[in-house]
Amino acid sequence: MTSVVIFYIFAAVLLLASLATITAKNPVHAALYLMLSFFSGAMLWMLMKAEFLAVSLVLVYVGAVMVLFLFVVMMLDVNFEELRKGFWKHVPLAVIVAVIMVFEMVTILTHKAADLPNARMPEPAAGYNNARVLGNLIYTQYFLPFQLAAALLLVGMIAAIALTLRKRKNTKYINPADQIAVKRDDRVRIVKMNAEARPTVGEQPAVDEQQPNA
Amino acid sequence: MELLKHFLFDTQIGFVIWTLLKIVAIAVPLILSVAYMTYAERKVIGYMQIRVGPNRVGPLGLLQPFADVLKLLLKEIIAPSAASKGLFFIAPILVLMPALAGWAVIPFFPGLVLADVNIGLLYVMAITSLGVYGVIIAGWASNSKYAFLGAMRAAAQMVSYELAMGFALIGVMMVSGSLNVTEIVNQQAHGAAGGSVFSWNWLPLLPLFVVYFISGLAETNRAPFDVTEGESEIVAGHMIEYSGMSFALFFLAEYMNMILISAMATVMFLGGWLSPFPSSVPFLGAPSFIWWFLKCALMLFFFLWARATFPRYRYDQLMRLGWKVFIPVTLVWIVVVGAWMQTPLSLWK
Repeated sequence: MTSVVIFYIFAAVLLLASLATITAKNPVHAALYLMLSFFSGAMLWMLMKAEFLAVSLVLVYVGAVMVLFLFVVMMLDVNFEELRKGFWKHVPLAVIVAVIMVFEMVTILTHKAADLPNARMPEPAAGYNNARVLGNLIYTQYFLPFQLAAALLLVGMIAAIALTLRKRKNTKYINPADQIAVKRDDRVRIVKMNAEARPTVGEQPAVDEQQPNA
Repeated sequence: MELLKHFLFDTQIGFVIWTLLKIVAIAVPLILSVAYMTYAERKVIGYMQIRVGPNRVGPLGLLQPFADVLKLLLKEIIAPSAASKGLFFIAPILVLMPALAGWAVIPFFPGLVLADVNIGLLYVMAITSLGVYGVIIAGWASNSKYAFLGAMRAAAQMVSYELAMGFALIGVMMVSGSLNVTEIVNQQAHGAAGGSVFSWNWLPLLPLFVVYFISGLAETNRAPFDVTEGESEIVAGHMIEYSGMSFALFFLAEYMNMILISAMATVMFLGGWLSPFPSSVPFLGAPSFIWWFLKCALMLFFFLWARATFPRYRYDQLMRLGWKVFIPVTLVWIVVVGAWMQTPLSLWK
């Protein structure tokens, strides 16, 4: 009973936050609403006792991806009013896409094979450990697909870095290794020279030609 | 009495009230610890600089934290006219919330934990990674150049050091075979070194311990990683526009995070409530909360010691340390530990 109430509260927050994400005028507000909707989604997973997935979602999307996203959105000076101008022109296309998506979802969810009205969450056995079960599956049954996904992500990361990294010629960054390797002799030269005799009393010191106000 | 017991343990409302009572039982001592942490900081740094530190309010200056709180409470809360008002006041709450929520899974003694969950370690990682939002939002909502620069620095720094910290935790997770924090402590009680000081994780995972602690300094924006605040260049960073209690919340969160990092280091690397003496010694040999407390206090002392000792890092040096030193070190040590565990020399059988 309580979990049903909690489900509806979180689901409502999720929907409202998602709606606010696409309607918010300010891009920073939109990014924050997106973060809220990720968080609510994670809580829904938590309600389904998928705690590992829920915490991973918070850790990866809310804790890392959205931070960088917010970082970029705050730095960019994008005029979102300008971007919204073509909104009504594209509405018909968007409506068609939305209608097809809704049709597809309704078809599969109301089909006999899905059998949604009788769907029940399986009761977890005593001592059931979400993270352990998932780990066992990933590293035994789905070992190759998992490694492939990891390799794909690695390739994506390297590609993104290679595409955006530009080596500037005029940067003045300091190489710490060079700094540490510096010896005294590289910076200071000790010159050996004879000490000058002190001027004796009565003898005028030589007048410096460049002395100001002389 | 029977009726009260039935109400607290058998009804749903009772369960909620009982949980809230437990939260208060954690939060109140925590806030008191923060108060005396500020006092300890001023005293410790004072003595390190051959000064006396606060000694006027109460005996030995012991009431100084309360005087500070009273002062902050009475100060006016000002919002800049160009600030984004809603977010401006949400930001301090967003900083404080994760600092408090992380304590839910920290065990003080076997069974003495608010939520004994299977994924405690991951939960702490996830919750602490939310703290950066408050800082970014504070910087952005203040609509001030200094605040914004501070927020940008904080975001980059916290995301970078979180990685090194996460890798350090993976090492702990590998040798413990569990994400449950209580089990991580219990695992340290046995092993090849027979549950003595040397079987705690700090020794076999020494590089990870060092990386974890230094990353902890960086995560909490403490000296020498406090470029986020950087008084000499950006005044106080994201906190510059805050006054009174809204400033105090940032302050509170920073110290709570420090204690949280120390508590995590205590349970993950220093054996939590386990005693450093062999169990044959009466009283001292028994595991108890006192050991937990002393270890946590030791870690906190390191925080203060670091602040009194090191000059502030330059920003590029800070980033280099995180990405080019710590992450490679932790990655290598994870592989070393993984190989070590497969050999007959493994300490963790």
